Amino acid sequence: MNRPPVTDWTADFDHLDPTFVADPYPIYEQLRTDCPIAHTDRYHGVWIPTRYEDLAAIAHDHHHFSSRTILVTDRPESPHDLGFHAPPITEDPPYHTDIRRLLLPVFSPKVVADYEPITRAMANDLIDGFITDGGCDAATDFAQHVPIKVITRMLGIPDSDHAQFRDWIHRLIEESPIAGDATFEAIFEIGGYLAGHVDQHRTSPRDDIITHLLEARMPDGRPLTDEEILGVCILLLLAGIDTTWSAIGSSLLHLATNPDDRRRLRDEPDLINSATEEFLRVFAPVTMAREVIEDTEVGGCPMRKGDRLLLPFPSGNRDPEIFDRPDNVVLDREANRHFAFGVGIHRCLGSNLARMELRVALQTWLERIPEFTLTDPDAVTWSAGQVRGPRTLPFAFTAG
Amino acid sequence: MRVVVDAERCQGHNRCHALAPVLFDIDDLGYATAAPGSVPADLEAAARLAEANCPEHAITIDP
Repeated sequence: MNRPPVTDWTADFDHLDPTFVADPYPIYEQLRTDCPIAHTDRYHGVWIPTRYEDLAAIAHDHHHFSSRTILVTDRPESPHDLGFHAPPITEDPPYHTDIRRLLLPVFSPKVVADYEPITRAMANDLIDGFITDGGCDAATDFAQHVPIKVITRMLGIPDSDHAQFRDWIHRLIEESPIAGDATFEAIFEIGGYLAGHVDQHRTSPRDDIITHLLEARMPDGRPLTDEEILGVCILLLLAGIDTTWSAIGSSLLHLATNPDDRRRLRDEPDLINSATEEFLRVFAPVTMAREVIEDTEVGGCPMRKGDRLLLPFPSGNRDPEIFDRPDNVVLDREANRHFAFGVGIHRCLGSNLARMELRVALQTWLERIPEFTLTDPDAVTWSAGQVRGPRTLPFAFTAG
Repeated sequence: MRVVVDAERCQGHNRCHALAPVLFDIDDLGYATAAPGSVPADLEAAARLAEANCPEHAITIDP
């Protein structure tokens, strides 16, 4: 796929352009200043609002902005029209409200707290696997596996298929703008894989999310359909892995390359909670999308039914109108209304879980590997698409 | 001082409970309510922190 390089970001934005993938933040800064609601003709036409207040207003307005399109692709159809339903994230009220209520208890703070010791043990096991080597790829040997191990355990499926998950995530979330049919083939492959596991749970119920979904009832008393159960499982598997992997990787990269913050977080462990929020603000991985379902206007820009938008929460999180020193990592930042997890009715269902995973991964890493460095800055690679995080992180440390 | 949670705005981010667990209760779905009574003097700073970290602006402080 040959796409011409972007020369004018205000009129020809492309979130897959290599310059943007390498470092999106100066581009967002330029857009917030020069053209806060940009438009590109690429990908069948997409609006790109970049200021915090505009992003918040759109995310809160589900009457005009539908979640039927949450991935911007090179297909003219909405993902919905191609059969991609991953409720609740791809749905609108009132259906969204009902099915989301079934899932909220599974990710409540109390349930997440129960998973903390398990997550800590998993992180320690991963570190045991490479600590004697004096180095590792922190993205693929560590960051990736923490969320895979946790979400597969919660769902009730084996974590041994992680290479397959990674391939699906890559095709669906990272390559989707240019992958064409491969994106939607990935969805059906995941569905087929999960269907077998759902059938097993039907005959032998367990204490996990798949069993919870099989036993759940909508407000009118009906059970979920097979399609609904598979759609939810696809969401949890995909959204639960790529995002947290990215946040853990970005945070570790910052600590590897900023010795003052690394030492401070080690010497002042009570800072971990505010530091976790700050990493989520500065390195927010997720950009969402919406589709206009009723003509409206934002910041003087007329938006017509059928128009698509990207919602780059990472840009809002660095808006100087909201955040002091927005590009700096301030480990003890006090006021931090970031929206790494979005805002409004689609607030990330797994935000409590993701926060716990990120905090525990960082705590465990710093306890076991207090000093570490990035061996080759040029070797770091970044995912493209609507989830951003490092995919190669060569680290060195003293073998333990 | 009292804290007030606007149930219409709360989306269950849970930031208030993380910052001031004594001042905010969380139900099984993750939504917050203000614990009954006024805020003890030693928790006033925590209450302000909770207000300043709610992404939905769902918390107000009644001095």
